[in-house]
Amino acid sequence: MAMSDRLLPLSHAPKRATSETLLTRILLIGIAGLFLGTILFLPLLTVFVEATRKGWTPILESFQDPDTRSAIRLTLLVAAIAVPVNAVIGLAASWAIAKFEFRGKNLLLTLIDLPFSISPVISGVVYVLLFGAHGWLGPWLSSHGIEIIFAVPGIVLATILVTFPFVARELIPLMQSQGTSEEEAALTLGASGWYTFFRVMLPNVKWALLYGVLLCNARAMGEFGAVSVVSGHIRGLTNTMPLQIEILYNEYNFVGAFAVAALLAALALLTLVAKSALEWMFAGELAACRRH
Amino acid sequence: MSVPVRVRDVEKSYGRYPALKGVTLNIAAGELVALLGPSGSGKTTLLRAVAGLERPDSGNVFFGDLDANGLSLRERRIGFVFQHYALFRHMTVFGNIAFGLRARPRSTRPSEASIKAKVLELMRLVQLDGLENRYPAQLSGGQRQRVALARALAIEPRVLLLDEPFGALDARVRKDLRKWLKDLHRRTGHTTLFVTHDQDEAFELADRIAILNNGVIEQVGTAAEILATPATPFISGFIEGISMAASPRERQALLRPVAVQ
Repeated sequence: MAMSDRLLPLSHAPKRATSETLLTRILLIGIAGLFLGTILFLPLLTVFVEATRKGWTPILESFQDPDTRSAIRLTLLVAAIAVPVNAVIGLAASWAIAKFEFRGKNLLLTLIDLPFSISPVISGVVYVLLFGAHGWLGPWLSSHGIEIIFAVPGIVLATILVTFPFVARELIPLMQSQGTSEEEAALTLGASGWYTFFRVMLPNVKWALLYGVLLCNARAMGEFGAVSVVSGHIRGLTNTMPLQIEILYNEYNFVGAFAVAALLAALALLTLVAKSALEWMFAGELAACRRH
Repeated sequence: MSVPVRVRDVEKSYGRYPALKGVTLNIAAGELVALLGPSGSGKTTLLRAVAGLERPDSGNVFFGDLDANGLSLRERRIGFVFQHYALFRHMTVFGNIAFGLRARPRSTRPSEASIKAKVLELMRLVQLDGLENRYPAQLSGGQRQRVALARALAIEPRVLLLDEPFGALDARVRKDLRKWLKDLHRRTGHTTLFVTHDQDEAFELADRIAILNNGVIEQVGTAAEILATPATPFISGFIEGISMAASPRERQALLRPVAVQ
């Protein structure tokens, strides 16, 4: 009896209570696949197909365009400033929220979510109202020769504002679930605050931090609405990649537009590939930490 | 190594809720004392106040002649075992136990070789030899508990403080560990204070027991004293039904005739 049990093919294994019939499963997976295919994958594919429609030469030529090159440089520069700033401030804010009790904590939590809930265009407009020529601080700034709106600082500020929640939102739930006892343990063992931060707290959240930073980076490079308002669309100076794509597209330069779009999409995909690769490389360590 | 601990008139409240209403307790050097009480009685708050994890609103804690109020956590040098162990999840057992030594400022930090020797010695003491490369997630509850203990002992603490040391373990492991802890205490002789809500545990393990209720200590004494003469009606109710599986010495003490008051 025991023998024959073991020889039974797998499909005859007793059904789990939660499993569904084959038809249901095919249907559910099919719907999900179809949806993702048409909504996500197909457009992405189109970008690359459209870009390469006339072969590679026009693409390479469109990357020779000085305005396009300047847009790529600016996008990378903005991301290089905005992402580290958001990583540091997001980390500090999450630490404060997850580990300490203080007045106004809920207000701070709501403020962190604000950039998610308001339209990016509004984020841009508030900076214009604040720093623009007729804004609250505009006259003072211009009398000191500081340019923010229609210049790189404005673009950086708008990007920081829009992408701020990514890091904090990843970290806060994780830090809250981990509690404070490991940090307390480190302190009772004689560790200094900095030692505790770098050896206990940071390693415990490093994966969530990395994930937040990668998402933040992808979004920072792709931000359109807020940047569009504060940038002023000065070619070769304040155009980022998304803005450059729009300009090229409106000028019926489809190859150019899709070439830049393909590059932007590739950068975003690269970000996700990097994340998956890291997760795969450190799978063991991740599992060991999560089970605890 | 071990010092007496004196807690004097310690008060602590959270907002309007008073957790400790003036607690005084003297613990002799090398003594093993249990803080026993129902949940919300203030026992964990008292332990954390002794540790320096909570700042009392008023009152003092002394380690020997040293007023601990002015000391930082590092200067207090207490070994604290957390209820859920609070092991560093991304560090191996070795890394966990070595943490307190590696975290010292450069001037007083031992060499990596002597840290290694010390950690291995502690691992033998808590019977975890050979597990130094495991991560906390790969250990059983009882093993984690002993890692936490070894980690606390590594800094050569003045006082050992344990918060519900057996709370998260199943009944059988709990019994084994109790015996083992008592034995360890006998060998190392640290002044030890542990929190528990389990009467049996307190009466079996501790030299003396302090019973807390509503932020005050209702009675302090040996198991025999408390069982023979409960100081308040609360104590009588609280110790009701204790299975006195204690040591023969204590059982004899119980059988001694007690003067009728």
